[in-house]
Amino acid sequence: MEITIKDVEYIANLARLKLSQEAKDEMSSDLKEILEYVDQLNEVNTEQVEPTAHVLSINNVLRKDIQKSSLSREAVLKVAPQASEEGFYKVPQIIE
Amino acid sequence: MKLNQLTAKELIVKIKQKEVSIKEVLDHVYTRIEETDDRVKGYLSLNKDEAYKKAENLQKIVGTEEEKSYPLLGVPIAVKDNMVIKGGEATCASRILKNFISPYNATVIDKIKESGAVVIGKTNLDEFAMGSSTENSSRQTTKNPWNLERTPGGSSGGAAAVIAADSTVLSLGSDTGGSIRQPAAFCGVVGMKPTYGRVSRYGLIAFASSLDQIGPLTKNVYDTALLLEVISGHDSKDSTSLDRPVPKYTEALGRDLKGKVVGIPKEYFDERIDKEVFSKVKEAIKVLEDLGVSLKEISLPHTKYAVATYYIIATAEASSNLARYDGVQYGHRSEDFENLIDMYKESRTQGFGKEVKRRIMLGTYVLSSGYYDAYYLKAQKVRSLIRKDFEDAFKTCDLIITPTTPTKAFKLGEKTSDPLEMYLTDICTTSANLAGIPGISVPCGFSSDNLPIGLQILGNYCEEESLLNLAFQYEQLAGVREKKPDLF
Repeated sequence: MEITIKDVEYIANLARLKLSQEAKDEMSSDLKEILEYVDQLNEVNTEQVEPTAHVLSINNVLRKDIQKSSLSREAVLKVAPQASEEGFYKVPQIIE
Repeated sequence: MKLNQLTAKELIVKIKQKEVSIKEVLDHVYTRIEETDDRVKGYLSLNKDEAYKKAENLQKIVGTEEEKSYPLLGVPIAVKDNMVIKGGEATCASRILKNFISPYNATVIDKIKESGAVVIGKTNLDEFAMGSSTENSSRQTTKNPWNLERTPGGSSGGAAAVIAADSTVLSLGSDTGGSIRQPAAFCGVVGMKPTYGRVSRYGLIAFASSLDQIGPLTKNVYDTALLLEVISGHDSKDSTSLDRPVPKYTEALGRDLKGKVVGIPKEYFDERIDKEVFSKVKEAIKVLEDLGVSLKEISLPHTKYAVATYYIIATAEASSNLARYDGVQYGHRSEDFENLIDMYKESRTQGFGKEVKRRIMLGTYVLSSGYYDAYYLKAQKVRSLIRKDFEDAFKTCDLIITPTTPTKAFKLGEKTSDPLEMYLTDICTTSANLAGIPGISVPCGFSSDNLPIGLQILGNYCEEESLLNLAFQYEQLAGVREKKPDLF
């Protein structure tokens, strides 16, 4: 089970993280150790077994599609790192 | 007499009989915090002004007809800093949520406020509840009041420590892989994880959505039952919450135990358990026999796979849940970045601590294309087998007994260099989260160097009454509670 630096860079990019060279080395060895440990699950025969995504037997809890009160725009934008006067989040340009 | 040393039950009597005022109670608690928290470091923030204001309003209710609707009237409660309170900080002990002020209340907060409890402060935790020692907090390291060089456990280390130190009367924590029960064991207090879905997760900052549960940390079992009554119940804002009536848990305490069968799973009593823990738990089992229950040796064959299963599922869910911290809507945004993606990367890299990054990376990996089947799907299948172990076991026994932790509280810094070593401290607790069943830790003795040891009792889904009843009667007979840490 090899976790190369390239693997670490690939995962970090997916996870939107930047790691220093030192951090990448450490991460590569940490992940390797943990993945080796969790590999023991391969000992378990799970051929006829259904996966459990949720312990409760409830599915798709729905409510009526009626508008209800929610947090005010003001309250929500108050905690934003950057908000515009018109009441939007400010972010770097997305579309060229 | 120091009011902060009382249990919630004792305090409520004194408040309702007008022996003490709610303000006085707060005075005693805040004094105790001043005296001890510079050493224990359990609290991240205190909200004295709000607390005293609440005390003033609540005092008007004392002695009126209304009093009956306030089961926790005037009781101080500390809340782990991953539950949101409107107008207050919720940091998850992370730099990424530094200074985050929540615009709303968690459902449990609404419930405890309506019950008359007074929130006195937010407690320290491992960052985003990821950890077993509270050493992963970006803010401070909480110490175990029984020995300040030792960990209080984690991730609800602060919530447990402040109960042990009598610098609160009640605490709320959260448990994803043992984060209430393990610190309860290390700190010599009572801590309980309810059945998954029993308590609303709305307003609990998510770590692993299929595992997280909020629960009480208290000085005795009665207080846990009382607090559980208040926080439990269906919530339309949490689609994973159980739509089942909430029993009066306090009324279950003391019911006849005749005919109850307690299972002793052999997989929890092997060489991985420290000798002193083993011997105290064995003593506790004798006490249970004295209570009239019958014991039965059982097997939970997939126990050894629980930690591996947990660390795949929990990290996968965490990588998804923590994707929202991107510097856009709340939390830390980097000052310098080149473009949008860079803003995400810089903000997250600056804001998250080492362990959080590690888990996000692991979670991302196990969910990534090409690996999903081998890891995540496989783990979900082993999870089904772990659940089935319990379902089968509960056909022949009512409750299950194990040690809460394999060791007593370890030294600060002892397990921080090897992540896997830290993860293995969860071997006794993670199965309950994977199966969704309730579990409680009660103090069952001390090691030769005066560190608490916890006994864990596990029950079937929604069998909190049975669980609390056994825990209560054990506690009464064993009398372990009488000791307090020598904190000056």
